[in-house]
Amino acid sequence: MPEALHPYKADLHIHTVLSPCGDLEMSPTAIVKRALARGLDMIAISDHNTTRQVKVAQKIGRESGLFVLGGVEVTSQEEAHCLCYFADDAQLDAFQEFLDIHLPKIPNDEDRFGYQLIVDENEEIVGEEEYHLLNAIDVDIDGIYDEVHRIGGLFVPAHINKGTTSLTSQLGFVPPDLRADGLEINFRTTKSETIKKAAYLKRFSFITDSDAHFIDNVGDVYNVIYMAHRNFDEFRKALAGDDGRYIDTDFFREHKLPKII
Amino acid sequence: MKVRDIVEALNLKVLSGESGLDKEVEGCYVSDLLSDVMGNADMGCLWVTLQTHKNVMAIASLKELAAVILVKGLDASEDTKEQSNEEGIPFLSTDAETFETAGKIYQLLNA
Repeated sequence: MPEALHPYKADLHIHTVLSPCGDLEMSPTAIVKRALARGLDMIAISDHNTTRQVKVAQKIGRESGLFVLGGVEVTSQEEAHCLCYFADDAQLDAFQEFLDIHLPKIPNDEDRFGYQLIVDENEEIVGEEEYHLLNAIDVDIDGIYDEVHRIGGLFVPAHINKGTTSLTSQLGFVPPDLRADGLEINFRTTKSETIKKAAYLKRFSFITDSDAHFIDNVGDVYNVIYMAHRNFDEFRKALAGDDGRYIDTDFFREHKLPKII
Repeated sequence: MKVRDIVEALNLKVLSGESGLDKEVEGCYVSDLLSDVMGNADMGCLWVTLQTHKNVMAIASLKELAAVILVKGLDASEDTKEQSNEEGIPFLSTDAETFETAGKIYQLLNA
């Protein structure tokens, strides 16, 4: 008998205070609290080129009933942003090692680009990233896909419809033979619009997210993921469309989550 | 002026697409954003870039560009070169940076 599927609301692209462009209010504690208050079941933490804020967010999530997927938004050599998601600490650590090797050793300038702070669950600063996180790593899209898959993670090019830092802006169009586990679009387009303009993309699963850099935007855009449980393997299956699992990227348009004042 | 003349004047390395060296050069476009090239480069242009993804070849073909010049000693991937050979759109390479390369091409085309 197949397992019953449940609809889980998930915003899978959120920056913390560790991203230089992330607002100082974006502590993992504040993000988890806001996500729960707005009715999300699942989020992903996806800072630019670092995973170092993921584990504390996951700990806070576990303690308060929110599933926090570990992720990162990598800037490829082509300067296309790519979301990568990982199943556990070992995978996160392995990918962090890869990032540490491939991010250029260019110090961050806080005054110009913003702070890159690591905070704990009490919102105390416990560290910072020394090197500027908005730079491109020296590995191209195919190389990142290979490394993510070697480790066991998932690879989803970010906001492919965006006019900057996307596959489309950097490469003119999504490469027809692209290897990826899914594609992300932002709120400015829909899955059906995207496929209408580029039919060859219908082989992909889509997700849509807030890409929140400010606390009020957490949950402004979300997916409804039909899966049996909230965990990495179920999410993988939903992206692959296995066993009836799927992702609804349109539901949020008619069902905005309540604003939290 | 033909692609071949540019190759000689700038001492470019021909990576692939030799059959296209006698194409007439109508102008030059410099950009690393492929979406920008797709929108703005004119037919018959040289394209100076540091992007090496195989979509570069696809766009060069779509826009019927004369040739692609990769700067800073960059090389194209094998499948890109293969396609370049098939379509006769040369991929050229220089150790120079974009500023220097574009400056020399500007002088040649406006001489």
